Amino acid sequence: MMDILYFAWVRERIGLPKERVTTDAATVADLVAELSAREERYAMAFSDLSALRVAVDQELTDFNAPLAGVREVAFFPPMTGG
Amino acid sequence: MRIVVQDAPFDLGVESEAFAAGRHDMGAIVTFTGVVRDTADDLDVMEIEHYPGMTEKALTAIAEEAMQRWNLGDVLVIHRYGRLVPGDRIMMVATASPHRRDAFEAADFLMDYLKSRAPFWKKEHGKGGTDWVAAKDEDEDALSRW
Repeated sequence: MMDILYFAWVRERIGLPKERVTTDAATVADLVAELSAREERYAMAFSDLSALRVAVDQELTDFNAPLAGVREVAFFPPMTGG
Repeated sequence: MRIVVQDAPFDLGVESEAFAAGRHDMGAIVTFTGVVRDTADDLDVMEIEHYPGMTEKALTAIAEEAMQRWNLGDVLVIHRYGRLVPGDRIMMVATASPHRRDAFEAADFLMDYLKSRAPFWKKEHGKGGTDWVAAKDEDEDALSRW
């Protein structure tokens, strides 16, 4: 079981802020492929990965990151703090 | 070191005074304040979303790195989220150091990292509609200075 969180326009495009999934995805990229195959709104949100950032267990990482033992994955656009 | 993430406004004077008070070994205090800007008179609301949990962790990591890299006695970061209007203060950082150079540089470093590495997203609601603020390449490039 893993929580997947979406922020900003990723959240709006997918239509929910958070969901719990059961997955065997080995990496973030595998998880993206799995979600994209589900429904068009996911495929749309994940169509350009260069426009997305990912955090695994609240640490910024990349799409090759392994998911073994991970509790939380978040997808969002580049950050605009300050 | 103090990291605050809140939707409520903060009092710049009170925070600056509290940060500066009580230290006799710090010769320099630098504060920076970020304000919601409306240069073209078309912004109604700036909505700031964040990632509770990760935001505090990311800000703490950035502040800890500043403490390691410069000679600092203390660091303060306050960042708001929620609905803000032009003129509202979004955030502030403060650094205390025995010497001004460290205090200035550390504040500059904190701001550069906060812009691109703290999980906040801004959405503008204005006369031209509603849109997410895109990250700027120059903000990402600014990190290479450090």
